[in-house]
Amino acid sequence: MVSKKKKKYSSGEGAQFMTRKAALKKLQLSLKDFRRICILKGIYPREPRNRKRAQKGAGGIKTLYHTKDIKFLLHEPIIWKLRDLKVFQQKIRKARATRQFGQMRKYLRDYPSINIDHIVKERYPTFVDALRDLDDCLTLCFLFSTFPSIKKVPRDQSLLCRRLSVEFMHAVIAAKALRKVFISIKGYYYQAEFEGQTITWIVPHHFSFQPQSKDEVDFKIMSTFVEFYTMMLGFVNFKLFHSLNLVYPPQLTAGFTPETDKDLVDEHAYVAERIAALNISVAKIAGSNEVEELPEIDIFQTEDGDPQKLEEAKLEVEKVKNLKTMFKGLKFFLNREVPREPLVFIIRCFGGEVSWDKDHFVGATFDESDESIAYQIVDRPSMDKQYLSRYYVQPQWVFDSVNARTLLPINKYLMGAVLPPHLSPFVDKIKDQVYMPPEERALKDPNFKPLDDEPSGSDIEEASDEDAEEKEEDSSEEDDEKALTRQYQQEVAEDSTSEDEDVKDDLDPEKKKLAKEKKKAMAVSTGVTHKENPYQKEIEDKQAFRLREKLVRKKHRNLYKSMKAGQEQRKKEIWLLRKKRRLHDEKVKEEKKAEKRKQKMQALEATS
Amino acid sequence: MPPYKTGLLKRKISENTNKTEDNSSNSSCDDHNLITGDLDKEEDSSDSDNEDGVVPSDTELDGVVFDSGDSLLSDDAANESLEESSDVSDSEEDEASDGSNEESDSDKSESNTEGTNANTAKSKLKPDNEDSGAESGSGSALRPPRSPRSSRHNTNKKPFKKKEFKQTKTVADKNANSSVDALEQKIKEVQVNIQPVQEKDEYESGDTSDEEGRVNTAGEVPRWWYAEYDHVGYDADGRRIARPPHADRIDDFLRKCEAPDFWRTVRDPSTGQEIILSKKDLELISRIREGRVPNAEHDEYQPWVEWFSGEVLQTPLRAFPEHKRSFLPSRDEQRHVARLVHALRMGWAKTRRQLADERRRNKELKFYDLWGSGAQEEQPRALQRHIPAPRRPPPSHAESYNPPPEYLLDDKEMKEWNSLEETPWRRKYTFLPTQHSCLRAVPAYPRFLRERFLRCLDLYLAPRAIKMRLTIRPEELVPQLPAPRDLQPFPTDEVLQFRGHTGLVRSADFDPAGQYVVSGGDDATVRIWEAGTGRCLRTIELGEPVRLVEWTPACPVTQRAVRVYDLVKQELVRKLLAGAQWLSALALHPAGDNLLLASYDRKCIWFDLELSSRPYQTLRLHAGAVRSVAFHRRYPLFASAGDDRHVVVCHGSVYNDLLQNPLLVPLKQLRAPPPRDQLSVLQVRWHPAQPWLLAACADGTLRLYA
Repeated sequence: MVSKKKKKYSSGEGAQFMTRKAALKKLQLSLKDFRRICILKGIYPREPRNRKRAQKGAGGIKTLYHTKDIKFLLHEPIIWKLRDLKVFQQKIRKARATRQFGQMRKYLRDYPSINIDHIVKERYPTFVDALRDLDDCLTLCFLFSTFPSIKKVPRDQSLLCRRLSVEFMHAVIAAKALRKVFISIKGYYYQAEFEGQTITWIVPHHFSFQPQSKDEVDFKIMSTFVEFYTMMLGFVNFKLFHSLNLVYPPQLTAGFTPETDKDLVDEHAYVAERIAALNISVAKIAGSNEVEELPEIDIFQTEDGDPQKLEEAKLEVEKVKNLKTMFKGLKFFLNREVPREPLVFIIRCFGGEVSWDKDHFVGATFDESDESIAYQIVDRPSMDKQYLSRYYVQPQWVFDSVNARTLLPINKYLMGAVLPPHLSPFVDKIKDQVYMPPEERALKDPNFKPLDDEPSGSDIEEASDEDAEEKEEDSSEEDDEKALTRQYQQEVAEDSTSEDEDVKDDLDPEKKKLAKEKKKAMAVSTGVTHKENPYQKEIEDKQAFRLREKLVRKKHRNLYKSMKAGQEQRKKEIWLLRKKRRLHDEKVKEEKKAEKRKQKMQALEATS
Repeated sequence: MPPYKTGLLKRKISENTNKTEDNSSNSSCDDHNLITGDLDKEEDSSDSDNEDGVVPSDTELDGVVFDSGDSLLSDDAANESLEESSDVSDSEEDEASDGSNEESDSDKSESNTEGTNANTAKSKLKPDNEDSGAESGSGSALRPPRSPRSSRHNTNKKPFKKKEFKQTKTVADKNANSSVDALEQKIKEVQVNIQPVQEKDEYESGDTSDEEGRVNTAGEVPRWWYAEYDHVGYDADGRRIARPPHADRIDDFLRKCEAPDFWRTVRDPSTGQEIILSKKDLELISRIREGRVPNAEHDEYQPWVEWFSGEVLQTPLRAFPEHKRSFLPSRDEQRHVARLVHALRMGWAKTRRQLADERRRNKELKFYDLWGSGAQEEQPRALQRHIPAPRRPPPSHAESYNPPPEYLLDDKEMKEWNSLEETPWRRKYTFLPTQHSCLRAVPAYPRFLRERFLRCLDLYLAPRAIKMRLTIRPEELVPQLPAPRDLQPFPTDEVLQFRGHTGLVRSADFDPAGQYVVSGGDDATVRIWEAGTGRCLRTIELGEPVRLVEWTPACPVTQRAVRVYDLVKQELVRKLLAGAQWLSALALHPAGDNLLLASYDRKCIWFDLELSSRPYQTLRLHAGAVRSVAFHRRYPLFASAGDDRHVVVCHGSVYNDLLQNPLLVPLKQLRAPPPRDQLSVLQVRWHPAQPWLLAACADGTLRLYA
């Protein structure tokens, strides 16, 4: 008997993957429904190891899904819901076509909603999983909370987003979980930490919604994402509130229920209420204590524990603790030109009290004339009426202070001052080959002196070093050898001259004369000790390495080359940034000097 | 029956005849059908009844007729219809055959006669009809008044079918032509036979309320249906109304002149009769034309009498007393209400408001503790091999609203930025770093929505794969070899130059003792030098340029491969494939089992003969062609030199242990003189005892490295 021939692609990678078309056929869904269910269930295409085989020999590039993923979808009860919805939509269409509007309204009223609780649980089996994936969720919810009503987005979605985002902010405030903030040109970045997971989200600047062309942005897709994210954020909020012993849902204002929605037409009124809601503390569960401070962390000496690392960790904990109570007991007043939402959120997060002009916006807690106000945040060049009892600072001070984890000196941030650069706290400090602006260095290392104070700072030296290195790289080995020897010779020469100078300094002129005479008289000169070139070893090592480099295995040669090229590029970028900075600083200095000179001249002219 | 229908029937009949021919051929089968037909007939008759009952108008009747026609087409249906007929008109068929002669006569007479004659024809036919038997008569009488027409259809069909059938039974042996002719005759007879049934008078009993004028009962049918016929319809008795004689204009004119009432004579379009309008009619017409109420007696403005008012009258307006249910509450309603109230109380039923509230409550999202308090068992259902989406990279300093000045683009970078407008993905940043003096000046980022949308697309549309990220540094890819410092001695520097040759030095070699050096070159001289001092001891003038000088003979080398011969057995032992294009030189390790080849394509190839005939290692240490390689006889050193500016000294130690592979460590790059005519070093030779290296250079010098 002849054994049956095995069909091609019935096992292995060919059987593992499924094109989208095949998936649609298998699930008996339209593309629209498939897209929706993929978004809700978090199914995504996979990149096969061998595309040709995975596509069963078909050419081109196709969207491939794991067959198991599609089979997983097949068991989803929501698929039936989607099919039911289709029937329902047909009914509505029919009622409309036959002009049975009463019936149609009834259908619309009873439009079935899809319950996706189980999907949230399925996608995030634990709370920590959900927290880990909260970045996109928060960013999209915060974005949608600023949306007006649009065609493709359900009417109550933006309202729901608004409610949930405010609730989340309250949770962050209550937990004092905010860690980093950053004003970018795209929006405000926030980073909070819950249960050891960092959550980063962006809140856009005002007026972020602009009408988009159809092929640029498809709101329907985003809305489907939001549909899932709102569910997820709701459950996360619930859990957070409960873990913080707060009542959920918090009774913030009446402004978030859809009933009163129709009365509130003004966009500003909305925004104002939302911020006002941020400024009230949420109700605690009766009988619960204050969230007690974390106890001192005992740090155990582990075998592999680096003592330095432990020390660092300890320091970090201390810093975070400081950060949490940074604004405690301080009263802030926001001028009306200051964007209130981020500032209220940040200040409340770190224990401060905030208020604003009650004539302009609702929710003010104290007046501008309050003498106990410590800081007034202003964003204008000057003000007529100023109180002596408080500091007038620009909003960047708050952000920079949070990132520095201490109250920074305000002298650079006073009203009307030219602000220092605002740095991102998110830059990875562990990675090597990262450019660090001098301001950041100054922050990290208090001994570091920025360029402004000392022109011949280490920065320039470094830059020159870099330059030298660059040259070295470019030229061949011979040259760098020469350069090094030259350097060495110079050093030797310097040494000798300095010695001479020392001698000069020490001896009196008479003695010098004597010495000279002696020199002339004596034919034997003092021998110069052979000083070994300190770079000799380096040069040798470098040469040896260069030779060894040629023995990199053929398999790794390209990888090695590309890695090297990457290194070189990063190096170059850093060099470029340094150079630009140096040029800029020099220019600024020149300008300053010129101005000073001018002032002097003017003063002289005035006196004469 | 309207004539168009008979036309239709004719067509069907002709179709049917063909079938009956077929039937005649297999008569036994027909017999069987007849038997079954008898069994089924009750059903069929009931069907026909139904048809009659349902049919409301002529047009619908048409449909029915067509249906039956369709059914006639199929054999079974035909049989059924035959059976159908069998019950009703067993007696009829006899009569039809009897009266066929008379009918043919009457048919002729009808065609000639006008409306008046029609009556006589009717009177003639009537007795026939009455004779036709009690069955059919009584059957038609029982039917509702509209039915006779349809019943006529049935009866119409039935007799002739019956006859056909009979004929097929009896005259089966006749030939086809004669049967067809006979059929045609029969059909004609049948048609004639129809008439008596059609003209049966229903109102014979004397109930004729509208006797004075003849009414056309044709109904709302288009007039042109009757355009081809002599009659225009039928009166209430079912008699034909003859078409009135056509009057031409002259006749009209003459009547106009003669008749005094011509002006009020109107022709009834349905019957074609002329009616003289009475005075009353004329009055009516004039009232209608003036837009007044047609009835002259009607008073529009008579006083209003309020018969049914709220006032309770002394005597009831209506004679009968109020019904009991008008003043007693209904028990049924009471029960109903009680049931509703009970349902409401029990919560089975809900008021409309409650329902609306409930609906609203259902629509609200309810959040609860989804994850529970503590550890639960793992859910079995989850995505397999889930790859979480990578996070977006965190913002850099350049994204700040007030970045350090070095991040802002200068003029040159700005130019580049603008030039890459078509290909924005090549730009350094996805956004343009900008500096704002204060926070209130920061505008909304125009691409924010788009970026979020793209992120969404990435999340559900971008294929994901786990990609291993290399955490190694590039230096770790470089093989770890012992440091050259530990492998001394080897020549590290140039110590001597042997000047004297005027052309290229092609070749050089030490004497076995290592005291002298012999060299030869393009200047056609062979010179012998003292190795230690570089002094030329002797110059031998030859006529031609020297290719090679050596103290010992050279090994055989081809350009592609090395063949190793066993000289004793005189056979090829092995062919070494170098994988290089052009071999230039060969050197044997003093131990014998290792071989070093140099090739013009910049490679030095180390063969371990014990290992395989493939290269053990290929060294790419040179930037140009390698022209010469040499092993040191005593130290584990070898050197290679070529067209680039370096002589490379390597450590190459071979172990006696078979399991340990040879160790190759490049040690030092010695600088050679700058190339002349793209040649630099032509040959290298080791000192037999010392780690000294001699290079024959293209610039006419010999160089000694130690």
